[in-house]
Amino acid sequence: MNEIPVGTPRSKIEIQIDGNLVKAPEGSTILDACRQEGIDTPTLCWAENLTPVNVCRVCVVEVEGSRTLVPSCSRPIEDGMVVSTDSDRVRKSRKMVYELLASSVDMDRSTSEVKDWMEHYEVDSDRMGEKTEIATVAQPPKVQDSLYVRDYERCILCYKCVEACGEDAQHTFAIATAGRGFDAHISTEFDVALPDSACVYCGNCIGVCPTGALVFKTEHDMREAGTWNEQDQEVTTTVCSFCGVGCNLELHVQDEKIVKVTSPADHSVTSGHLCIKGRFGWQHAQP
Amino acid sequence: MSDLKFGVDKPTAEEREAIDDFISGVGPASIKVNERFVVGGRSRAKDRRRLLLPALHELQSTSGWISPGGLNYICKVLGVPPAEAYGVATFYHLFSHQAPAANEQIHVCDDVACRLQGAEELIKDLKESGYEAKSSPCLGQCERGPAVLIQRIKGKDLAVVAESPKPLTVKNIDKALKENASSEQVTIPQRGTDSLSLLARVGVVNPKSIKEYQEKNGYEALGIALNVGPDKVIEEVTASKLSGRGGAAFPTGVKWRAVADEQGRPRHIVCNADESEPGTFKDRTLMEGDPFAVIEAMTIAGFAIGAEQGWIYIRGEYPVAEEHLKNAIEEAKREGLLGSDISGSGFNFDISLYKGAGAYICGEETALFNSIEGFRGEPRNKPPFPTTHGLFGEPTAINNVETLVNVLPILRNGGSNYAMKGTENSPGTRLFCLSGRVENPGIYEHEFGITLGEVIEAAGGVKDSKEIKAILLGGAAGSFVTAEHLHLPLTLEATREAGVSLGSGVVMVFDESDDLPDTVRRIAEFFRDESCGQCVPCRVGTVRQEEVLARFTQGTSFASDEELLEDLSTVMKDASICGLGHTASGAITSAINLGLLERTT
Ligand SMILES: Cc1cc2nc3c(=O)[nH]c(=O)nc-3n(C[C@H](O)[C@H](O)[C@H](O)COP(=O)(O)O)c2cc1C
Ligand code: SF4
Ligand code: SF4
Ligand code: SF4
Ligand code: FES
Ligand code: FES
Repeated sequence: MNEIPVGTPRSKIEIQIDGNLVKAPEGSTILDACRQEGIDTPTLCWAENLTPVNVCRVCVVEVEGSRTLVPSCSRPIEDGMVVSTDSDRVRKSRKMVYELLASSVDMDRSTSEVKDWMEHYEVDSDRMGEKTEIATVAQPPKVQDSLYVRDYERCILCYKCVEACGEDAQHTFAIATAGRGFDAHISTEFDVALPDSACVYCGNCIGVCPTGALVFKTEHDMREAGTWNEQDQEVTTTVCSFCGVGCNLELHVQDEKIVKVTSPADHSVTSGHLCIKGRFGWQHAQP
Repeated sequence: MSDLKFGVDKPTAEEREAIDDFISGVGPASIKVNERFVVGGRSRAKDRRRLLLPALHELQSTSGWISPGGLNYICKVLGVPPAEAYGVATFYHLFSHQAPAANEQIHVCDDVACRLQGAEELIKDLKESGYEAKSSPCLGQCERGPAVLIQRIKGKDLAVVAESPKPLTVKNIDKALKENASSEQVTIPQRGTDSLSLLARVGVVNPKSIKEYQEKNGYEALGIALNVGPDKVIEEVTASKLSGRGGAAFPTGVKWRAVADEQGRPRHIVCNADESEPGTFKDRTLMEGDPFAVIEAMTIAGFAIGAEQGWIYIRGEYPVAEEHLKNAIEEAKREGLLGSDISGSGFNFDISLYKGAGAYICGEETALFNSIEGFRGEPRNKPPFPTTHGLFGEPTAINNVETLVNVLPILRNGGSNYAMKGTENSPGTRLFCLSGRVENPGIYEHEFGITLGEVIEAAGGVKDSKEIKAILLGGAAGSFVTAEHLHLPLTLEATREAGVSLGSGVVMVFDESDDLPDTVRRIAEFFRDESCGQCVPCRVGTVRQEEVLARFTQGTSFASDEELLEDLSTVMKDASICGLGHTASGAITSAINLGLLERTT
């Protein structure tokens, strides 16, 4: 992930996407090639700073010769590949993935990108039945410290937080997937409270969560009180002053108060990841 | 990973001792010895991690659960993050996460075949008699249901089935516990018949005696293999047109050639003995009745593809097969037929036995690799395929038990000779698992091309001469057919053309009195319970599918349920990661198309 790209130009491969010939560098995924062509593709479990786990299946495309649909986020392109990104099959699967999620998970606080796609595919999860009568992941939020909240009834099990906490960034391994099937969930060992786990409060898991299941306590409290207002927030970019590494910080400010801190995923130093000081240190600097 | 943080819970003295004993027995010491040819590259870092699953078994059988102190200790010894180890432990249904209430945990199969034989009543009776009993998916003993697995603290697990045609009662369980013995289980109605090839020794020789095995052609094939060399072995297997018996029918010769041609080392041969497809009990029968055949065939496979390490992954519910295989490995080593310099040929080959812990998905080849490696049994995305990136990311050939055992007659009689049996495109013989409403349930060996009707006739026909209502062909991942299909020749090509599959050889018969809607709902429940939970279409789709069928059996269907079921089926097939999601709706869709869900009375 943090490898510095070597200077030799990669050879280009020619494939067909939605009837158009496309040239993309060898080693690209179908998703890379789509983005290069400006073809919007939904993703949930993919992030540019994490290794693809290809579990959500919302990015699937049709590849000629393949019996099933193919996850575009992880499949490398091959010479002569013929890809359709908007066929009936593709639309049907993408729509249903959102429907299955929305029928079991509270998606209200998802990113606007997620919401836009759900609208685009005219998601109707009601046909699965009343939420009170079918299986869902409904549960009370875990508020175990003053820094952040884990609200797992919003969790779509995209594995991003596990990756960020483990091999892709933090190497802390405080959280992992436990249980199986529909009972699978993100957990510490024996579900101990976060302060008793290996967690170092870097907040990197918060940074990658697409559905608002992991949030700063400030954000959680403001949302519960109805005072959270993303439109009114200003984002200022600065460099963290706690040490000499030089991490970029984005301070989200509402009503002259810092309400959360992020870092750009494409930043060369952080790849979007921070430590406890950058992520939460402002709580002490706050006027 | 140098500074992992562990919890504060301490193991009991007993737990510590059991785990220490286990690690020093199979742990670092044996890793060192084997390292020369077993581990290398990426796997080196993982040589401790792969002790996680067996260590969890050790803890479960010492304490009756995965205690926080015990798990903590395992994590420290093996250097595994506790959250990850907890994630692995909670993946498997044979590990408990609450302190045990009794010395034994009784798992009663209430799956498709056993629920016809009074499984639910047995669970009720056991509970009333004070036992800790719970329902289980198919235990691979469908010929004499209801089947039972008794899991005990500090005692070997017992597999119990009825001794007579009468279903099991609480008394049988009392007796098994008192005698500390599993039931005699191998049912081969054709036993001793001349036409048998794969089953020739089953039920005839003592499965614990290598002498008796050798007296009945045992180890002839290995002798031939060592003589003719690896390439010729693969040539013969290719000429035989042997195809995989684990479900996908992939040509075995092609698979072996691909691994043999890989540059990477080490390479592995894995025997898939996870057999958990409801209705399937053929691999258990082979392992219990002819365990040396499995060991000999794996040795030949290892020789052919250039692997020095073999792995058997056996499901955790097969205590008798496990014991027989362990014995066979030891005996073969003693006779110089396994280990270093086999029969003076210079070929080194060793076999490790890994035990699953209650997860159908671990039969999927890449989930199986993850399970051995000490990770959650979640399937990997393919490509890359096992031939290049298999166990520990290294080139691997993985084959089903029955597939491997076929290699013995192929080498003894020649590949083209073998191909004369069966049909042109489906050569050889095949094991069929007959259960449900037939007179003589059990394992049968027939040439490919026999019709479905003939297979049922050979098992004595339908019990009490009733009418066939439906036949489950190929297992829960297969499909239902009806009496209209009795003329269907059972070959790969004919079944494919008919839109059905032989799968793992399951032929389960239902008669007019059976409650098919209940059976179909149970199949949906099976997939719901066994989904690994990794991908959305299958994790949530199998739940919604079961809900639709539950509504149907309760008479509370929504008007839109039929359409929902169709959409779920399409999307699970199209967008799931692995074969579980791809096949989870097959039997259900076929039942609907055949009108089996319509209530006649
Ligand atoms: C959900 C699932 C479960 C499976 N279970 C088994 C099993 O228990 N035994 C088996 O041999 N193959 C099983 N398979 C098939 C294996 O993935 C693999 O194809 C097989 O072991 C290859 O061996 P073969 O070529 O000899 O058939 C399963 C596949 C899936 C998708
Ligand atoms: S805050 Fe950091 S250490 Fe704690 S769970 Fe999240 S990623 Fe892991
Ligand atoms: S908590 Fe958020 S990041 Fe973690 S798996 Fe759930 S949705 Fe994904
Ligand atoms: S299809 Fe089902 S079993 Fe297979 S990876 Fe997806 S969730 Fe797991
Ligand atoms: S974004 Fe590709 S599978 Fe999730
Ligand atoms: S053992 Fe009960 S259905 Fe197979």
